[in-house]
Amino acid sequence: MAEYLIKNGFVFDPITGINGDKADIAIKGGKIVSSSELTKATEIDASGMTVMAGGVDVHAHVAGPKVNVGRNFRPEDKLFGATPKSKFERMGAGFSVPTTFRTAYIYAKMGYGFGIEAAMPPLYARHTHEEMRDTPIIDQGALPVFGNNWFVLEYLKNHEIENTAAYIAWLLRMTKGFGIKNVNPGGTEAWAWGMNCVEITDKVPYFDISPAQIVKGLIEANEYLRLPHCMHIHGNKLGEPGNYETTIDTLKLAEGIKANNDFGREQVLHNTHLQFHSYGGENYSSKGFRSASKEVMKYVNSVDNITFDTGIVTLDETTTMTADGPFEHHLSHMNNLKWANTDVELETAAGVVPFIYGKNTFIAVAQWAVGIELALLCNDAMRCHITTDAPNAGPLFRYPRVWSWLLSAKARDDLLADAKYGEKVRNACYIGELDREYTLMDLAKSTRAGPAKALGLSHMFGGLANGLEGDVVVYPFNPETQSLSNDYMDVEKAFSNCKYMVKGGELIVKDGEIISNGNKRTFWVNAKTNENKDVAHDITEKFKRYYTVTENNYEVNEKHFVANPYVIEVDATQ
Amino acid sequence: MATITLTVSKEPKLYLEADNITPDVFAGKSLDELRALHVFMGKDQFTLGDYFTIEGATGDVAADTKIVVNGDTTKVKYFGMKMSAGEVVVNSNVDMYAGAWMTGGKITVNGDADSFTGLAMKGGELNINGNVRDYLGAAYRGDWRGMMGGTIRVSGNAGSDIGQFMRGGTIIVEGNTDVHVGTHGEGGTIIIKGDAKSRVGGQMVKGEIYVFGDIEVMMPGFQYRNDVDLEIDGVSGKFALYEGDMGERHPTRKGVTTYGQLYMKY
Repeated sequence: MAEYLIKNGFVFDPITGINGDKADIAIKGGKIVSSSELTKATEIDASGMTVMAGGVDVHAHVAGPKVNVGRNFRPEDKLFGATPKSKFERMGAGFSVPTTFRTAYIYAKMGYGFGIEAAMPPLYARHTHEEMRDTPIIDQGALPVFGNNWFVLEYLKNHEIENTAAYIAWLLRMTKGFGIKNVNPGGTEAWAWGMNCVEITDKVPYFDISPAQIVKGLIEANEYLRLPHCMHIHGNKLGEPGNYETTIDTLKLAEGIKANNDFGREQVLHNTHLQFHSYGGENYSSKGFRSASKEVMKYVNSVDNITFDTGIVTLDETTTMTADGPFEHHLSHMNNLKWANTDVELETAAGVVPFIYGKNTFIAVAQWAVGIELALLCNDAMRCHITTDAPNAGPLFRYPRVWSWLLSAKARDDLLADAKYGEKVRNACYIGELDREYTLMDLAKSTRAGPAKALGLSHMFGGLANGLEGDVVVYPFNPETQSLSNDYMDVEKAFSNCKYMVKGGELIVKDGEIISNGNKRTFWVNAKTNENKDVAHDITEKFKRYYTVTENNYEVNEKHFVANPYVIEVDATQ
Repeated sequence: MATITLTVSKEPKLYLEADNITPDVFAGKSLDELRALHVFMGKDQFTLGDYFTIEGATGDVAADTKIVVNGDTTKVKYFGMKMSAGEVVVNSNVDMYAGAWMTGGKITVNGDADSFTGLAMKGGELNINGNVRDYLGAAYRGDWRGMMGGTIRVSGNAGSDIGQFMRGGTIIVEGNTDVHVGTHGEGGTIIIKGDAKSRVGGQMVKGEIYVFGDIEVMMPGFQYRNDVDLEIDGVSGKFALYEGDMGERHPTRKGVTTYGQLYMKY
């Protein structure tokens, strides 16, 4: 395997503590090594440029059935934006829901090496893996959804953590999943009865269990299994004004639970797209809406066992897609656009609706402000991960624009000055009083080191220490001569299209162009548990009685569906 | 206004995608530059000069540029696509997407036009002196934003699905139309001087449709309101006003509930 020496760049890496100093990064055998170990390295001149570890995305919807529904039912999303194939790139299309290949190129050009597919319906895990297999370059893992699964609801109703854990371990093995996703706990199942769970004490019809019991139970099962990632939640009441209290109630469920794993993960709950869960007020008008980012962040800052990602609104036309079925139905009645919906048997549901976050509406800019505020108010960038919940709050390729808003107060002020209701947003939100600007070190924490640690992958990704994976990116941005604050448009451009990107020791992007499709891996977690005859019996029974497929046709066969499997073994038999 | 004339020099074997034939692209370019502009046939790329002889001169800006096209262009798509100003005159039949996404200026087709003519048009004037096929002034596949503004006038008949998802502007068809008129309409005006077949105004929320002739099968979701005397496109007469589609949502603004309006001439 080739050796590389990335010379003279300004390096930002919280793991080694290099903060903007000029340093050389050496890569050999796919790993980062000390430069003395190199024998015949290809030199990459990074002088005058920014060097970071490859990015790690903790939450994006980029592969699987609902993503594909988004592609299929939005031909207009592909209008005018297609790129022809080149020597290394396949044809790409799609603005908010790109083709799998374009997704990979977007990630690579933004400097990402690892991404989590945020919601995999277990029954359709094969489809998810097929799409990930067709997403080259980046390593991926997928989180199966559990929060409305009949097994989980039945076990947790009686607080049977051991059984829940045994079922989860079985399902991760069957679907080649990475961890536990929990979407609108109880609410999506309640919706099958025409209802929803909006508070964490609401009971799910028939199952007679509350979201609080599901959340707490899944956290405990997660720690019982000692999984690399923690329980990953999209809580109840997403998007509703005044939902921040429900959010804080949900976060409090993690109190007193300690992380139990061998991966260096310290948190037990990851709240995804926290922006959608931090609203005050009672409606979406400028008089009735207010940001509750301060209230939520006051709690998050006061504890140390929670991580979150932002889900920042990018003010684009995009496609919303979530396993929160009732929410999508609600949304389609707000904007009167088309709506797609699926019920996934015993497991979950999903909905897809196009959405326009209009720059000249009050509410979209207020939502934008709430997301930005969360990131600016967080006092530990390692626990605040920057996402757009792609494509829900904004398309994947907009990440660098989001970073420019965090790095530059001027970028935010210019946006508000240009927005029709900018002043009203300042009044209803805290954005006007926050003058903090992220440093590149903060950015490296919140887009690399932090997510890697939360996913239990800090032994592989997120930093530039010797022995870590050879994922390194060089951005054409000179922090000595260019200003993060004033040249925010250059920041967006530079971070959207890196100069060089090395993934697993292989040069993927050279002079801003893709030159290799890399050697993509799919990460999944194999948790060993003690034999559990009750759960095995329950599984057989449920398949016989309810599923439309047999147990034998359920498993994602690694050989046929999974690209370069990378299995993380966990022992939970003790 | 400077005039530039294109004459077909070679008939395309397949269909030619000529989205570059617009005043916006042509303005300020020399004849050699114009000849070098790309056209697509299938996945193969050619130049405008391969299929047309080009004479005359362009203006400095689109508004000062008039393009005249002679010869048989039955198999040429995208005339005047996205144009914002200036004029295009085609003395032949044209294929699909003439005037699609146009925002201004004027297109005259002295012949028949195929489907998707004036697709998602936002402004300007589009005259078809002949018949058109389906999806006149409609929305792109999947989109909910059909014609938003401008005027389309067809001297002959139109096919099905005209003004689908229409939100503004005016479509005038001097002849008859096929099924589905103004489906999902949320604004704009459609005037049919001949007959319409059926499903006129289905799922319509807002907008006006005038039919001078007969509607073969009326939508059940429209209710008769009253008779009105109107002058429409220079024709005076008594019209029966129907409102619908009652099966759709009815937005209310400042206490007034909005319906789609269908006027049938006596």
